[in-house]
Amino acid sequence: MTRSMRLVLDVWRQKGPKDPGGFVRYEAPDISPDMSFLEMLDVVNEGLTERGEEPIAFDHDCREGICGSCGVVIDGRPHGPLTATTTCQLHMRHFQDGDHVTIEPWRARAFPVIKDLVVDRSALDRIIRAGGYISIRTGSAPEANDVPVPKPDAEVAMDAAACIGCGACVAACPNASASLFLAAKLGHLHLLPQGLPEKDDRVRTMVSAMDAQGFGHCTNHRECEAVCPKGIGVAFIARMNRDFLIASVASRHEVMAHRRR
Amino acid sequence: MTLDAKVPSGPIETRWQRRRFEMKLVNPANRRNLTVIVVGTGLAGGAGAASLGELGYRVKSFCFQDSARRAHSIAAQGGINAAKNYQNDGDSVFRLFYDTVKGGDFRARESNVHRLAEISANIIDQCVAQGVPFAREYGGLLANRSFGGAQVSRTFYARGQTGQQLLLGAYQALERQIDAGSVTMYPRHEMLDLIVVDGAARGIVTRDLVTGKIEPHLAHAVVLATGGYGNAFYLSTNAKGCNTTAIWRAFRKGAFFANPCFTQIHPTCIPVSGAHQSKLTLMSESLRNDGRVWVPKRALDAGKAPEKIPEPERDYYLERLYPTFGNLVPRDIASRRAKDVCDQGFGVGAEVSGVRRGVYLDFRDAIARLGEAVVRERYGNLFEMYERITGEDPYRVPMRIYPAIHYTMGGLWVDYHLMSTIPGLFVAGEANFSDHGANRLGASALMQGLGDGYFVLPYTVSHYLGDERPVVLSEDHPEVKESVKAVKRRLKRLLSIGGRRTPDSFHRELGRLLWDHSGMARNAAGLERAIVKVPELRAEFYEDLRVPGSGSDLNQSLERAGRVADFLELGELVCRDALARDESCGCHFREEHQTADGEAARDDARFSHVAAWEFAGDGAVPRRHREELTFEFVKPTQRSYK
Repeated sequence: MTRSMRLVLDVWRQKGPKDPGGFVRYEAPDISPDMSFLEMLDVVNEGLTERGEEPIAFDHDCREGICGSCGVVIDGRPHGPLTATTTCQLHMRHFQDGDHVTIEPWRARAFPVIKDLVVDRSALDRIIRAGGYISIRTGSAPEANDVPVPKPDAEVAMDAAACIGCGACVAACPNASASLFLAAKLGHLHLLPQGLPEKDDRVRTMVSAMDAQGFGHCTNHRECEAVCPKGIGVAFIARMNRDFLIASVASRHEVMAHRRR
Repeated sequence: MTLDAKVPSGPIETRWQRRRFEMKLVNPANRRNLTVIVVGTGLAGGAGAASLGELGYRVKSFCFQDSARRAHSIAAQGGINAAKNYQNDGDSVFRLFYDTVKGGDFRARESNVHRLAEISANIIDQCVAQGVPFAREYGGLLANRSFGGAQVSRTFYARGQTGQQLLLGAYQALERQIDAGSVTMYPRHEMLDLIVVDGAARGIVTRDLVTGKIEPHLAHAVVLATGGYGNAFYLSTNAKGCNTTAIWRAFRKGAFFANPCFTQIHPTCIPVSGAHQSKLTLMSESLRNDGRVWVPKRALDAGKAPEKIPEPERDYYLERLYPTFGNLVPRDIASRRAKDVCDQGFGVGAEVSGVRRGVYLDFRDAIARLGEAVVRERYGNLFEMYERITGEDPYRVPMRIYPAIHYTMGGLWVDYHLMSTIPGLFVAGEANFSDHGANRLGASALMQGLGDGYFVLPYTVSHYLGDERPVVLSEDHPEVKESVKAVKRRLKRLLSIGGRRTPDSFHRELGRLLWDHSGMARNAAGLERAIVKVPELRAEFYEDLRVPGSGSDLNQSLERAGRVADFLELGELVCRDALARDESCGCHFREEHQTADGEAARDDARFSHVAAWEFAGDGAVPRRHREELTFEFVKPTQRSYK
């Protein structure tokens, strides 16, 4: 139960966006298999702080796999070796005594490094800002049960809505595309009747926003689906592409989009 | 000082309606000249900022996370209550009101709770229209479940991710307003001071967590929706970043802090596995519907594998003590009994600091009765989560659980308008104290957060702006400059102590002190000891703290140090409040005040009031004020679960 492990970590350290950065080696001598990966980093950081060195900066918050704050590339894989698991939910029992572990930030043009393992993911917010919502005023909602939603549609919408916006899909994609992130939001909103009035406009503005933020395009590598901590599938990307095609040929929406901007 | 809660009179059903009519409005053309600051982007802050922006105010929204979508509301699992009565099972606005007042053990304000029950139905309408994918029946209409021992099914849910889906709804509404230009978003910004001039809230001072820049933001009104302070205990179910700094800084500037000792403990969390533990994970208490709680009858069996302990050697203590409710007794009772058996040496699991703090939650009988498939269908995701964290398979080995700090009912005192004792400072969601009394019911936190944000603040903030016509200060105002300077001085001090200990090491020590003396069970001697020890720890903090790095870039140690410094002050107030409240009520259990059966004994004659604490200066004992509570519509009774 309490056997302790010794690990060697190669951690990406970068003082700021303009610093070139590089790997620094740390020993993690007394690691319990019951620790989470982030608790292992906490232990390393406590040691660094006591020695007066700056601890390794990394994003994290809820530590229960739902807020989407955490995420590092562990031995080349975003969120590490387990499927459908965020970094905070990965535990050290999945590593061996003596392992060398490489830890890097998400790498994508749209996610500039802020410091060490912390990157700026605000580009994802800007994609949502471009139409990832239903335009409803506070107070003007109809009675909730006035619009029935077929249960299968509600279930699939929920599958898509489970996205936590961590950005692992972008980090895993050879094109650094945010297609899975975007497709999950569109899938969620377009499977529900509430999302349909703005559908064509939404898919066009959000896809444009993704391009403008410097994300690449999807070329079907499917790496995103393999690392998604919520197991969101690429079928939503196919759905998004279809919606985009339909929206692109519907000229009336061009008029609407023009009037809106 | 008399605390005027500005509660309307008359029939409770029409109070909110009448008050809304009486309140001042602001001409739409004037709204764009009025700035409102909203700190925090959880359910209350996100919903509030989006709704105020939509009304046409100029809103500035702040969060310390990298995105407004990450606030800790996101982690709520179970659901959100609403008095829709879709199930035809006898629910009503009055019943939700009644259950909430009673559940809070008669320490909440009736008018606020009734308003909450009234607007609960609007919240569901709003969220469905936003596209929140609530669970549905086969006919396509919304599904409900019973939650937290309620006798009616009034809880709406989205799998185990209700908080996430509600928050994404509010976040998307907020992003829509940012796109429209009515809201300006400041992520990775932490509020470090409240600017108060001539007795009114005029703005805040923030630190940009990426560049370290300290700057003032001035406004006509300020809303704090910055969540609870459960992390004072270090180990809690809160996110790591949750902190008390915003409300604590407001307290120091004159906002009263109400009922700080009302801290809720959740009975079904995954136990501590070692000294490295950084947080505790809650598992839905629906597990207690089918799991049986037990510990070994003999302390010497505590280290044994559970399957080696035969049936007669097991103590199903909740079933033994509470034959009627058994494993389904309320949260506080289940928690205290778990503490008792572990304190007596019957706890199971890993030994941490010499004590095993865990009890079994066993599904063996449920699996035998229902089959593994049914158990998997009901609890599959929870079992998976448990196995991910502990490495043990709960289909084969009983789960281990232990209580953990989960929610804080206490918070800044607010009147019926959610305005604090500082005019122009509003407080919403978990950050205020208003609706849950001494104990919050399951699935009511989400309701309160969204209710405050969507349906209360838009009216009451407008009323303040229309009625008071506050003006915005210039950045050159001496008070603004002084606030900025004070923040810089404080940060400089934290960076320059040059001691040996990390912020976390102090935080852990504070957490242990609070948990031991002001946790699940409290007594005068323990609280008095903590009131001495917490300030000693605080003194050591300022002598031996070590914060590497500088204040001019991302420095997570510095962020932590600032939060711990405020927890070290708040922790003392929690203990003082627990000592002064010389009764037991809801989650506040004073060992001196219990019935013959060991249940909480309330003292309505002396304590049917809200305790509101006023800051009296560093080193001085804060002053305790009272807001008397009157119960016109729900008569106080003693609860029984035997």
